[in-house]
Amino acid sequence: MTGLNTKNTKVAKTIKLFIGGEFPRTESGRSTPVYIYKTKNIYAHVCLASRKDLRNAVTAAQAAQPGWQSKSAYNRSQILYRMAEMTEAKREEFVEILVTTLGLTRANAEKSVDSAIDAFVYYAGFADKYQQVLGSVNPVSGPHHNFTGAEAVGLVGLICNQKFNLAEVASQIAAIISSGNSLVALLATEGGALLAPLAEVFATSDLPKGVINLLSGNTEELYKQFGTHMEIHSLSCQSKDKAMLAELRSMAAANMKRIVSPTKDLLSLEHLMSYVEYKTVWHPIGH
Amino acid sequence: MHTTQQNKIKATETNTAMGPNETFEYAPSIESTDIVKIAPKNKLFINGKFIEPTSGKYFPTINPATEEKISEIADANAADVDKAVKAARKAYTNVWSKLSGKERGRYLFRIARIIQERAREFAVLETLDNGKPIRESRDIDIPLVAAHFFYYAGWADKLHYAVPGSGLKQPKPLGVVAQIIPWNFPLLMAAWKIAPALACGNTVVLKPAESTSLSCLLLAEVLQEAGLPDGVVNIVTGAGETGAALVSHPDINKIAFTGSTDVGRLILKSVANTDKKLTLELGGKSAHIIYEDAAIDQAVEGVINGIYFNQGHVCCAGSRLLLEESIADTFVDKLKLRMEKLRVGNPLDKNTDIGAINSAEEHQKIKRLIDTGKTEGGEYYEPSSLTLPAKGYFHKPCFFNKVSSAFTLSRVEVFGPVLAISTFRTTQEAIMKANDTPYGLAAGVWSEKGSKIHKTAQGLKAGVIWANTFNKFDPTSPFGGYFESGFGREGGRHGLLPYLEV
Repeated sequence: MTGLNTKNTKVAKTIKLFIGGEFPRTESGRSTPVYIYKTKNIYAHVCLASRKDLRNAVTAAQAAQPGWQSKSAYNRSQILYRMAEMTEAKREEFVEILVTTLGLTRANAEKSVDSAIDAFVYYAGFADKYQQVLGSVNPVSGPHHNFTGAEAVGLVGLICNQKFNLAEVASQIAAIISSGNSLVALLATEGGALLAPLAEVFATSDLPKGVINLLSGNTEELYKQFGTHMEIHSLSCQSKDKAMLAELRSMAAANMKRIVSPTKDLLSLEHLMSYVEYKTVWHPIGH
Repeated sequence: MHTTQQNKIKATETNTAMGPNETFEYAPSIESTDIVKIAPKNKLFINGKFIEPTSGKYFPTINPATEEKISEIADANAADVDKAVKAARKAYTNVWSKLSGKERGRYLFRIARIIQERAREFAVLETLDNGKPIRESRDIDIPLVAAHFFYYAGWADKLHYAVPGSGLKQPKPLGVVAQIIPWNFPLLMAAWKIAPALACGNTVVLKPAESTSLSCLLLAEVLQEAGLPDGVVNIVTGAGETGAALVSHPDINKIAFTGSTDVGRLILKSVANTDKKLTLELGGKSAHIIYEDAAIDQAVEGVINGIYFNQGHVCCAGSRLLLEESIADTFVDKLKLRMEKLRVGNPLDKNTDIGAINSAEEHQKIKRLIDTGKTEGGEYYEPSSLTLPAKGYFHKPCFFNKVSSAFTLSRVEVFGPVLAISTFRTTQEAIMKANDTPYGLAAGVWSEKGSKIHKTAQGLKAGVIWANTFNKFDPTSPFGGYFESGFGREGGRHGLLPYLEV
């Protein structure tokens, strides 16, 4: 029994990926330790997702997207609000992981969870309102009812900032899915332990499987796969690494994916606007 | 009330049952070209003045309907582009960004009025240089140009209402904007680009397509006449190299490009490492869905307009026709009958439906793609009764029936009068086939059932959806595509967003 602390028989949580509503280990069989802050003691192992995991996540997100978009705005709103409730229910777990693995003070960890809950509530509220604010009825000459609506871009990739920030991640996820997009997000391994409670929130909020998929892994290793994947329609890169952003913009030319630079204002309509596309319909007016 | 039954046409009906055999031919009615005065050499428009290009080089511009040289156009090099950008920057910093929205609006209103007053001159010039029928330049292009300037003129002092959520905060312009436009709607594309940019307080360096510079240079005269401050709009003429110099100029804040997806990709890559903002309005392979309950005769007319309007040189052209199986044969027969009556020829003839292909190069490209289409299969058709003028780049309108979605003509943008026809059985299948393209610019739907139109429109992944019409444009209506058709919108309130710091 060498290697196990015989004085502590607590069952440590295994942190796996979240793909298509399931919790698989990475197909690569690779993991990396997350340490108790500023110690060499292992808190848990997190998966190092592979390119294959990313492809699987994209497949799941692709399958889930049309159904999610066609849900009523009210229903999407309810589900986002449910996420706020489930986050509240798991507050202690979030706080513990933030304190233990990222070294936040308890007060800051609490604030962080508060902000994440705020984000889910904020975008729950927007899910059935952005259409009215962003859309328009256009007074064209001629017998047409001409209107412009904002709809989901489709499948969005999210490369989270290397430095994990729960409020940022929650607001980005909420902004992306509120308009009916599906999502594949990559969390850097540093904050990888947070993947577990986040995924559990999403798995228990009546969210259809595959709408949100979470990977933990090495940004350096996977960002190019995000950049070149032909089924990802929009890619939000929260890294402040200018060279990476430039490389992604260049890769995006292959399928003209929209590259979204680091978000300035977390709780705002502008944030949500980065993930919608405008459709204009000319409907006939006649006899 | 229309019923499905009423609108169904029996497939057994023959051509003779549809009308008398004899029709009268139109006598030619040629628009006079006296109204336009074209200089033998056309200079660059920089800082409010027409100046010689640094290199002293000029290139010819051709009338595609006669293959004759109309005049010569200055070839701008990197030094000229630099002059233009410097002039635009100076005008931005010292003049334009300091003017109130009301004052900027006044200039735009003035420009719109002068364009209306000189509409005939613009229409004739556009037709001479581009090859499009005078009926289209006179009734569509130029009126829309004036309308765009009018529409955005009124926005200039109301920008705080344009961006949702900004409240009474004044949105800011971006600075100097580089605009590169294509040859299919030369002046209209210039208006789509210049009007919102100026309304928002930006200054402009515009590069027209090398084969169609003349109407933009006439617009420069209008800008002078309107007293627009020097340097607010600069026009550099030339080909790809001029465009590349403009795109890569370090003092540009934003690039707005309309053109092919291939060039769009190059631009995207070339500015990847910069903070330049970008809007791209690129190619398309738009689907035109005809349900069996459509008003068939109107739909036939709509399909003709969808693909043969402007010789098919339209990024949103309805180049893939999807017919509900039950009406496919009837529809194709009626389409053939209608195509036999299309008038292809002298663009200056007011009766002409289809004018000249803009250049020899484009003409070759269309022929090459048709040859590819013929080797891949499908039933080729072109109207037998049509004769083309001996000179000029003319091409018969044509289609390939019974194509598969794997054929080149179902996938590649031809940018010419070539239609690819296939069938579907259910609404779901129609939507799926329409969406089966990397593009997402536009789509058309024909049905007499409003709910079916809405259902289909909801499922289509395209930026513009025309129901029971096609190729309609309006300054108040946003235009632009999904996916590989680019990003950003032009027209409407949404057309302001790409020119503002939000």
